[in-house]
Amino acid sequence: MPSLQLSWTRRNAMLGVVLLGLALVLLPFVAGAFGNAWIRILAFAMLYVMLALGLNIVVGYAGLLDLGYVAFYAVGAYMYALLASPHLFEQFEWVRQTFPDGLHSSIWMVVPLSAALAALFGVLLGFPVLRLRGDYLAIVTLGFGEIIRIFLNNLNSPINFTNGPQGINKIDPVQIGGISFGKTLDLGFVSLPSVQLYYYLFLVLTVAVVVISIRLQDSRIGRAWMAIREDEIAAKAMGIHTRNVKLLAFAMGASFGGVSGAMFASFQGFVSPESFVLMESIVIVAMVVLGGMGNVAGVVLGAILLYAIPEILRLIARPLQMAIIGEEIIAPEALRMLLFGLAMVLIMLYRPHGLIGRRHA
Amino acid sequence: MPETPSSHSKAMETPILKASGVSKRFGGLTALDGVSIAIEPGQIYGLIGPNGAGKTTFFNVITGLYTPDTGEFLLNGVPYTPTAVHRVAEAGIARTFQNIRLFAEMTALENVMVGRHVRTHGLHAGVMGAVFRTAAFKASEAAIKERAHALLKYVGIDRYARSLARTLSYGDQRRLEIARALATEPLLLALDEPAAGMNATEKNGLRDLLRQIQADGKTILLIEHDVKLVMGLCDRVTVLDYGKVIAQGLPSAVQSNAAVIEAYLGTQAHA
Repeated sequence: MPSLQLSWTRRNAMLGVVLLGLALVLLPFVAGAFGNAWIRILAFAMLYVMLALGLNIVVGYAGLLDLGYVAFYAVGAYMYALLASPHLFEQFEWVRQTFPDGLHSSIWMVVPLSAALAALFGVLLGFPVLRLRGDYLAIVTLGFGEIIRIFLNNLNSPINFTNGPQGINKIDPVQIGGISFGKTLDLGFVSLPSVQLYYYLFLVLTVAVVVISIRLQDSRIGRAWMAIREDEIAAKAMGIHTRNVKLLAFAMGASFGGVSGAMFASFQGFVSPESFVLMESIVIVAMVVLGGMGNVAGVVLGAILLYAIPEILRLIARPLQMAIIGEEIIAPEALRMLLFGLAMVLIMLYRPHGLIGRRHA
Repeated sequence: MPETPSSHSKAMETPILKASGVSKRFGGLTALDGVSIAIEPGQIYGLIGPNGAGKTTFFNVITGLYTPDTGEFLLNGVPYTPTAVHRVAEAGIARTFQNIRLFAEMTALENVMVGRHVRTHGLHAGVMGAVFRTAAFKASEAAIKERAHALLKYVGIDRYARSLARTLSYGDQRRLEIARALATEPLLLALDEPAAGMNATEKNGLRDLLRQIQADGKTILLIEHDVKLVMGLCDRVTVLDYGKVIAQGLPSAVQSNAAVIEAYLGTQAHA
């Protein structure tokens, strides 16, 4: 009976999701046994999954190649840094007077605010590039990314907004309901270190981003994005307002980056312009391409592989070489770039649509 | 309404599309020179002419791709200025393309669902509706999907609903394009050389489909190279040559028009 079968597969899918969720919740305990550095890698992987999924909306769904995506990450990060550090407070007398207790901000405000601000920057980028496509679009977006970084680098005089290349430090950790994520949380039966708390926070946000991505993909908006990707003229002829739909893609994509950036700032406690260089944008594009443009599962996989594997290498390459050869021959950083390049070449040769291609091959 | 040709027995019906005095110049080339047509409801209206006669230019003008230098348009009696391409479908003209333009990496069903875009508005159709899967969103999606399936069935390719558009055969891609255009609920279905590149069987199938669409009350503007197809199918025909209307009327009358014969075959060479 078909209905029975459907409920069977559905139950299996539900079971899979529950098991996966459980595994993700328990993962840091396993990783933590080898040291908190491993949990940190997991937490960062989540940030990159969010970034890659955000870029996937622009590149994968709407087909607009954006090489300056890290700018939105920077916008979110600096927004949080300015709100949650004493920097503005020390620089501007009026801020000190208006907010005598500081601008300590709750996560319920930070997440929507960083999303909205990044979305605004997304629209700002989107407007001038509406008519551009392909290479030209890539070059302009690349320029946009650099402009943001250079602004952050130089906005320390005559008025010190960003503290220039020194960056902003003393950023507060996130707080939810009075629980600070900066300290170990003791629940009695188990105590969760700060990194693990962040891991869970990022996990929740990542799940939200995944759900939003999947739901947008399978909706009127998602179809409009893909129609533009496939054939802009035909999409217009079908009555799709391409300008608005493209701007929406830029804004939605940017908002994920903004949230990820804000989380990055609170996690690190420090931001500086050098976290937002062109190489970061390229790595995020590579995550989307490697995993499979337009495919949520593929992009998640791509982000995890490209972030986690090099980091793991960084942790084990040296001890491993010391153990086997007795000296370090290849520096972990060199090895990382080597494998990165190799992965891209292999993907382009053997799986040009990414590890997991679009839905139906 | 001013002067309607009194010879027409159906009195005072508002034309679906009335274009008068449409001109378009590209630099020194006059692609359209004072072209006027009136398409009555329920007609299949043929626009023919030799290569470079201005058929496609006219088509692109009424679908907003080119801005005309002069000309007035009434769509179902309402003044209509085809300025932005994306407004054309909303106003009620849906088109297909001479060189098929489907959304290749989307399924046939999704292609038709995109056609519903312009008829599904409201809060539930936006980001919030999609993210929170509101009841209104679900109902709207279900209706879109149902309609799309019905249209695929109508043009006879529902069995390929889940196939990517690029994997369909040439004839089926044409049908899919028509289904996608019909999904926008057009007043006027404008087809740009739908029979181009089709074999005899596919052409017959197309003819039957267009007759079916007409029988279901749609109005069709057909630009076509294939004179036989046009003559057999159309209720009214306009012949363009060098951007000018050289004949207009019933297919049989146009066929024997001296100017038309000259345009297509050339004047007899003097030996």
